[in-house]
Amino acid sequence: MKETKKYWKGLEQLKNSAEFQEKANKEFPEYLPIADGEEPSRRDFLKLMGFGIAAVSLAACETPVKKAIPYVKKPVAVDPTLPNYYASTYVSGSDYCSVLVKTREGRPIKLEGNKLSTISGGGTTPQVEASVLSLYDQERLQNPSIDGKKATWDEIDAAVAKELAAVSGKVAIVSNSIASPSTQASIDALVAKYGATHVSYDQTSFSGMLSAYETAFGSRMMPHHDFSKAKTIVSFGADFLGSWPNRTANNKQFASTRKLSKSKQDMSRLYAFESNLSLTGSNADYRTPIKPSQEGLYVANLYNALAKKLGAATVSVAKVEDDAVLMKAANDLLKSKGASIVASGSNDTNVQLMVIAINGLLGVYGNTIDASKAVNLRKGDDAAFASFVKGLNSGAVSGVIFYNCNPVYDHALGADIATGLGKAKFTLSTSDRNDETTALVKYVAPDNHFLESWNDFEPVTGYFSLSQPAIKNIFDTRQAQQSFLTWSGDNTSYYDYVRANWETNVFSKANTIEYFNFDAFWDKCLHDGVFEAPAEAVAAEYAVDAAAVAGAIAKTYSASKSGLELVLYVNNSVAEGTQANNPWLQEMPDPITKATWDNYLTVSPKQAAEWGIELGDMSTQTVTFTANGKSAEIPVLAQPGQAYNTVGLAVGYGRTKAGKVANEVGVNAYQFASLVNGAVSFTATSGVSAEPTGNGFKIAQTQTHETYMGRETVVQETILSKYQKDSQAGRSFPKIATSEGMKKPYAISLWKGHEYPNHHWGMMIDLNSCTGCGSCTIACQTENNIPVVGKEEVLNRREMHWIRIDRYYSSDAEEGDLAAMEKAAENPEVTFQPMMCQQCNNAPCETVCPVAATTHSSEGLNQMTYNRCIGTRYCANNCPYKVRRFNWFKYHDNKQFDKNTAMNNDLGKMVLNPDVTVRARGVMEKCTFCVQRIQAGKLEAKRDGRRPVDGEVTSACASSCPSEALVFGDMKDPNSRISQMLQIKQNEKSVEAREPRAYHVLEELRVMPNVWYLTKVRNKDVESKTEKAEA
Amino acid sequence: MIAESAIREPLVTGGKTVHDVTVDISGRVEQKPTKTWMLAMAVSLATLAVGGYAVMRLVWDGIGMWGLNKTVGWAWDITNFVWWVGIGHAGTLISAILLLFRQRWRMSINRAAEAMTIFAVICAAMFPVLHMGRPWLGFYWALPLPNTFGSLWVNFNSPLLWDVFAISTYFSVSLVFWYIGLIPDFATIRDRATNKISAAVYGALSFGWDGAAKTWSRYETVALILAGLATPLVLSVHTIVSFDFATSVIPGWHTTIFPPYFVAGAIFSGFAMVLTLLIITRRVYKLEDYITLQHIELMNIVIIITGSIVGIAYITEFFIAWYSGVEAEQYAFINRATGPYWWAYWSMMTCNVISPQLFWSKKIRTNIAATFVISIIVNIGMWFERFVIIVTSLHRDFLPSSWAMFYPKWADVGVYIFTFGLFFTLFFAFAKFFPVINMAEVKSIVKATGEKKQA
Repeated sequence: MKETKKYWKGLEQLKNSAEFQEKANKEFPEYLPIADGEEPSRRDFLKLMGFGIAAVSLAACETPVKKAIPYVKKPVAVDPTLPNYYASTYVSGSDYCSVLVKTREGRPIKLEGNKLSTISGGGTTPQVEASVLSLYDQERLQNPSIDGKKATWDEIDAAVAKELAAVSGKVAIVSNSIASPSTQASIDALVAKYGATHVSYDQTSFSGMLSAYETAFGSRMMPHHDFSKAKTIVSFGADFLGSWPNRTANNKQFASTRKLSKSKQDMSRLYAFESNLSLTGSNADYRTPIKPSQEGLYVANLYNALAKKLGAATVSVAKVEDDAVLMKAANDLLKSKGASIVASGSNDTNVQLMVIAINGLLGVYGNTIDASKAVNLRKGDDAAFASFVKGLNSGAVSGVIFYNCNPVYDHALGADIATGLGKAKFTLSTSDRNDETTALVKYVAPDNHFLESWNDFEPVTGYFSLSQPAIKNIFDTRQAQQSFLTWSGDNTSYYDYVRANWETNVFSKANTIEYFNFDAFWDKCLHDGVFEAPAEAVAAEYAVDAAAVAGAIAKTYSASKSGLELVLYVNNSVAEGTQANNPWLQEMPDPITKATWDNYLTVSPKQAAEWGIELGDMSTQTVTFTANGKSAEIPVLAQPGQAYNTVGLAVGYGRTKAGKVANEVGVNAYQFASLVNGAVSFTATSGVSAEPTGNGFKIAQTQTHETYMGRETVVQETILSKYQKDSQAGRSFPKIATSEGMKKPYAISLWKGHEYPNHHWGMMIDLNSCTGCGSCTIACQTENNIPVVGKEEVLNRREMHWIRIDRYYSSDAEEGDLAAMEKAAENPEVTFQPMMCQQCNNAPCETVCPVAATTHSSEGLNQMTYNRCIGTRYCANNCPYKVRRFNWFKYHDNKQFDKNTAMNNDLGKMVLNPDVTVRARGVMEKCTFCVQRIQAGKLEAKRDGRRPVDGEVTSACASSCPSEALVFGDMKDPNSRISQMLQIKQNEKSVEAREPRAYHVLEELRVMPNVWYLTKVRNKDVESKTEKAEA
Repeated sequence: MIAESAIREPLVTGGKTVHDVTVDISGRVEQKPTKTWMLAMAVSLATLAVGGYAVMRLVWDGIGMWGLNKTVGWAWDITNFVWWVGIGHAGTLISAILLLFRQRWRMSINRAAEAMTIFAVICAAMFPVLHMGRPWLGFYWALPLPNTFGSLWVNFNSPLLWDVFAISTYFSVSLVFWYIGLIPDFATIRDRATNKISAAVYGALSFGWDGAAKTWSRYETVALILAGLATPLVLSVHTIVSFDFATSVIPGWHTTIFPPYFVAGAIFSGFAMVLTLLIITRRVYKLEDYITLQHIELMNIVIIITGSIVGIAYITEFFIAWYSGVEAEQYAFINRATGPYWWAYWSMMTCNVISPQLFWSKKIRTNIAATFVISIIVNIGMWFERFVIIVTSLHRDFLPSSWAMFYPKWADVGVYIFTFGLFFTLFFAFAKFFPVINMAEVKSIVKATGEKKQA
């Protein structure tokens, strides 16, 4: 083809005259007024020198070479600076959550809850939020290996096929509970080919409950609980808010029963009988500290109380002393018959059977508990696992495949497995790191991270979800299911395998009229992430021999209060320890103790004093702790609410081979668990002792003060009956004395106020819905590139979290006795108060900054200009809420802070949100109300030529909150959720919330925050103060 | 000239003549450095070096080298700043206000006191710069300079900015005032100089002083004008420093009593520091005839008065906290006296309120050793006063969840030591190379009030 197009720079070039040609060849086309040939003049000298200096200095400014390589073919939908969201599923150990993965330029940088999932309810947990950093963990295994030597996948496949054939019939595949039908199928294929057995266990075993349901209902499962329908909930050590599977949904459902408004004036009541102060217990209306050795009796006594009233046969067990609260619970259960849940965290089948009997008496099956739907997240069989361990040591099992599990670390029989592994002929692990178990195996075939994987899940019968890769494998890893298929001789790709599985098993459940064909169905499921086709709840038949169960309980439990006992627990930060090498989780304050970077014995303050433990400001002492025949030196933390003569210890710590972040942090608590009647027991009721060592220890806590000192302008609370009579109950109305009498604080101001022409962002925090879980803290950390500072710096009280959850205990002291008011009650009521920048309209920080680095925006935000900040910290001092955070050191690219992996290695940095600056040393920072999200939402709306829709713009904390306690929105939009819920009235230069429960923290300061809190309402008959006065 | 009453005690004792004054004072400058001086200077320089290391680490690694935290954002830094500024009050007060009031006893102490003021203000000025997270930018961003950052200006609402103006103005005026006073004395030394270097250096320093009547007249006029300018500054500097706290919302800071209370406190600590230094100087330089017991007694009286004002202020704060009915305010003061920092509060009370009351006894206020000890105690107390105001107010403010303790780290101490090193290095250099007593002025009182030489 003939060249027809011609580009030209100017008309001169187009004409291409002789004059132009001549000039074009010259370096300086214009005439240079330098006298040629003559004596150089002073002017010429200066001209040349000027040019020379300019040229030299320009040439000296070296432009750094950055390798920005443009796409040759741009992938569809990958646009620089624009995020993409993919629906997927988080899975870690036995933990599950349906999520949306936010990717930027092909990198997953944030997980959001999938609002379409009714199983995880659209919220997240701290572990879910943090898991995106685990993807970029440098210490993940980067390639397969044989005997510790790097190998290729072909070598592995060849060797494994040979080895498996050799040990055929004596192979065990060990995993955590598998909620994925396709994964199960791929394992089953391997099982079928090599005559293997598949054993599964859970780090937090529900074996007792599963066995109880097997006995009573004939099917081994954990039934689906629906807390949203429960009016009365009685928990015997069942931490359904903090450590049960599917806790995002549990939080959401529970919180939905706690929300109050003009149209909903009633709320559920939660009773908790427990040893440790758990997240559930701290949300309870009535909480009774009991010892684990009493638990069975309490359950049986509750059964008797109900049976008596309902005319059923009672059982003979010892009566518990002080059963007033238990009887009250029984009455409430009867009042809300059929709309209640009784649950126990015990792993004793007999206790669980008794719980089933109670629930049966109350007729909850088919209502709040649906025994036709199994929660597939807990399927572990401790008895089967124990026999596997036996087999491993006896030689009956000579080949083991560990599928993403680490029993050497996290199982009570870990030590036995470690010795048994030495005897096995074939050992393989698919773990993502060279962990405690993997270090002992021969073949390592590392699995992909879940964000690199295809998978499917059925967390609860009838509820399906899909997982899709959001990034290509970072390392030379292969999806374990693919490995299983390969080793079983199936060459299908796992993607095709999942698809085929769905076509046969799931598509049939779909309404075929809705979908044109399977492809359409698959695309829709992949887009939504979930497919839900639950069957109707049915009231299943069950049979429990209450008398026989009671007989067994009577033998093992006693009402005695003497003797030290241990209760292991799962905290809400490091959880089971699978992601222990994640610094975000290590530095997340435990919701109750507010401690980071350690586990410790929680001991009642009375007992700590008896042991002579010297407690100071974050300083404590250690004890030599013995249980289950094992000893360790563990620090003590005085925990109000801890049952006397019990100690609590969190699992998930004491990793030795998890990586540089987790190693040597705390002690391994799994070693204190033991097998009791074939089930792993997290309690020890005998053989427990603690000897004070006198050695000092520092526990890094982010909050050390226990109570709110009766300050009504900080926490405003009341009880339900008072709220029903007066919706402003519990509110405090500070008044300012003026010459014209008492005035509301907002009636007086030095300031002119701000005009908000377009938007006015605000937040509402319902203290009643906040369960204190801490997801918001980690969501914020992920979203806003918040550094991890390490234990030393937390001890220096310099953690950087922009949103913290203040935890206050109630005090028994007389009003006015300030010293006594500092101490928490023995069994305190707990209030959680999320606290972040209040975005004050009259911000005290703004006036004091000498360089105007913090200013007010036209949308009500208090904005921080990092690169203007000179770091005087005056703003932080003058902040009444103490929410400003200072960069005391350089936290990025600094070897001293190498545990801040998101900012100190190239891989870790992939997790950083490119929309948010990584702050320099010496500048102040704080919550921005996720200004980058606001901006993104506004731009999106602007592109479509419309106003942002409510819900389109939300902060990371509000988005992650499983209980929807945080509501973010535009107060200028009269139809937004926040405007509606707060009943916002727009005044000329301010807004007023007419919701009777809404208050500003520290209203008397008239800083006029844009964050409102709703009073905490407890469902108690009388206020605790009155209760005490009567007693 | 004012006629002197015959009964008045002489201000200069020992029957000094005008010539004696010249010899006594210039002699110190002209002689070779003594061993004591060399030792003192060496110690000061060593302190400066040790402290300099702390400063280096602070600037290199970050403010995290100090013990501050998310609740207590200021502690030793601003405590030291206010403390040094306070000390820097006496000099100008003595030379300006006492000049205006024609208090001639000031003449033999004003030079050293002014020098001390200037050095103390230099030390104080270290902290606002060093306490910044990014001092390399902050030192000029805090000034209202035209810039190319767009229409970026400083925040004139911020008391920290007022500080910048207050301190820099005070420093410039004090420096000029002090230097103008030095000129005739430099000329004296120049005229007595025996080597060329001294002659050249002091010649340059004396700005061509010719001793003409017209020059003297101008000199006196300038001194009077500068005294007039400096007088309001004495009151304004600490008033403005106190605004850093008074304009905030923090209970324990948000107090209208602060300006007079801070000024009284500053004079209190300033006089104490002057006493500490002069008692040493008069002893080492044998200046007992110039700096007499009467001087010491008069200064002690100022200390009783200002100490009592400060004491009343402390009590008033408690009364107002109770009277205000504000919960956080009441707690802040109860916490000061009984909370975890009770020891700091009671150290302050003992040092500042109780110890100066001892000066009601003539025996104690004319006892040099006792004065020396109490002057140091007062300065310790005044350091605690600032510590109490800053740290105990911040560490427990509104939300009990963020209540925290402050523990100093080595760098907190190190930077404080640095300013001591700096102060004494400058002071000893001054004591050696500059006339420590204003010869020109003292000569004017030798004849009128000096004791006749016993023949």
